[in-house]
Amino acid sequence: MTNILARFRLDYGDFNLDVGLQLPATGITVLFGHSGSGKTTLLRCIAGLQHAPQGFLEINGKVWQDSGRGIFLPTHKRPLGYVFQEANLFPHLTVSENLHYGLKRIKHNSGAVKLDQTLDLLGIGHLLDRRPAHLSGGERQRVAIARALALNPEILLMDEPLASLDFKRKQEILPFLSRLHEQLAIPVLYVTHSQQEVAQLADFLVIMEEGRTLATGPLSETLSRIDLPLAQDKQAATVWQVTITEQETDYQLTHVAFAGHSLSLPMVDAAIGTPLRLQIYARDVSITLEAPAATSILNVLPATISGIADGHSGQCVVSVQVGKQPLLAHITRKSVLLLGLQVGMAVYVQIKGTSILN
Amino acid sequence: MLTTADLDTLLLTFQVASIATVLMLLFGTPLAWWLARTHSTWKGIINAVVALPLVLPPTVLGFYLLVLMGPAGVVGQFTQWLGIGTLPFTFAGLVVASVLYSLPFVVQPLQTAFAAIGEQPLEAAATLRASPWDTFFSVVVPLAKPGFMTATILGFAHTVGEFGVVLMVGGNIPDKTRVVSVQIYNHVEALEYSEAHWLAGGLLVFSFSVLLVLYTALKSQPSAHPLK
Repeated sequence: MTNILARFRLDYGDFNLDVGLQLPATGITVLFGHSGSGKTTLLRCIAGLQHAPQGFLEINGKVWQDSGRGIFLPTHKRPLGYVFQEANLFPHLTVSENLHYGLKRIKHNSGAVKLDQTLDLLGIGHLLDRRPAHLSGGERQRVAIARALALNPEILLMDEPLASLDFKRKQEILPFLSRLHEQLAIPVLYVTHSQQEVAQLADFLVIMEEGRTLATGPLSETLSRIDLPLAQDKQAATVWQVTITEQETDYQLTHVAFAGHSLSLPMVDAAIGTPLRLQIYARDVSITLEAPAATSILNVLPATISGIADGHSGQCVVSVQVGKQPLLAHITRKSVLLLGLQVGMAVYVQIKGTSILN
Repeated sequence: MLTTADLDTLLLTFQVASIATVLMLLFGTPLAWWLARTHSTWKGIINAVVALPLVLPPTVLGFYLLVLMGPAGVVGQFTQWLGIGTLPFTFAGLVVASVLYSLPFVVQPLQTAFAAIGEQPLEAAATLRASPWDTFFSVVVPLAKPGFMTATILGFAHTVGEFGVVLMVGGNIPDKTRVVSVQIYNHVEALEYSEAHWLAGGLLVFSFSVLLVLYTALKSQPSAHPLK
């Protein structure tokens, strides 16, 4: 199992970056943080677009930067793909010429076959003769993603690829990114400040604040850490990976399973065995001490309390484990006291609603 | 009508302007690229030096060039040491003077065009495996095309139109340094107004046509700004 090792130190006076990361070499790692947290700077250091005076970077066993030994591979010699916040297509070239710009410059030309697949995947085959000026924002971004992937890179770096698009365009691209996620064998580093994109795309999460890493870890573990500000957020949620087991057409319900438990969801039009990503908002989860005998809520699961933290305005954040899956609940401080909730207690969680992310 | 002597001056003018324009593009492009991208403290000084011919009377520039390139001047000593004699009152001297005099007309449009391209397309090219040289020719030059058009045409036309520097550095030697503007002066001095009209009118029509073509072409050029 290869890894990504990255250490950077950079001082701009009013901003400094100081990070040390070990990231998985597969799946999507999201660098999440507010603007000014240093996530884009970190990505640019990894790409070599910014030269951190003190840095070490090793990807797939190859050293791209080691300031101690005076090694700094210039960007054009790094086998990466980069998607900018604004598509950054060459305006003097057609879509096809943009796509071939990088392809022409790689030595081992194994990318030609892949390009056809990429065009299909991103649905841009009909745009090849157009100039970037005649594309919509969403189309431009899709071409930019294809242009980066055409190089057959060893790692894909994406800097807020959806941030400059409106809601509708975002919804147009997110499914493509989810599909990429399933089909791409290379690691992706994805910078965003959107919790929605984190929930939808991340496998691994790096939370950044003021040039430092606040937390790193697998998505569901990191989302359910009550010591992080994310768990306090009104939009706090956990993400579960589940599989469809049964379709109950009479009631328009779909049953899914995860780690020995099952959930009922509003009907999802997909075959049995299809994996789903579920987002469960902390505000939709309530806690009872005993299994309710009569409730309108279908999803009641046994759980163990793993943490309790005070939140804003009379709220508490409670983290529980359902089997091995972490889950967050936002309940009132009064309820915590009335129920006498404590870490280690066996309880039941009622899940009022879920949203399906893919 | 144009005399043979007039035609000779036209040919010479065309030669000086062509060679000077090529040299200005050759030196002006890297200079403009550096000026457009550097944060060096030298930027201001170099910018001012390049722009000097825009505000100085041509005679001032001509005078100093004459002194510098003359037998006692630093440049003159150097060219003599090289064994090519001194440059004043030669075709080569005329070209050197023209290059210096018209350089701002080449550097400034290029500098503006380069600055307008910004960092983004260069970074995109780098992530697509293009080396800096490759990026310059495959991205910068095409995006700065309107700048190169302006620089070439203004540089050429301005060299054709110069007079003061030419007279100071080149003198008035037939077939060697006598260009159109000087020939017009000669005609007027000799009260040959009809001959002067032919050349002066020709220069007027030439200059207007060149500028008209340039501005018409620029209007139809797409913006050099990278797409967001």
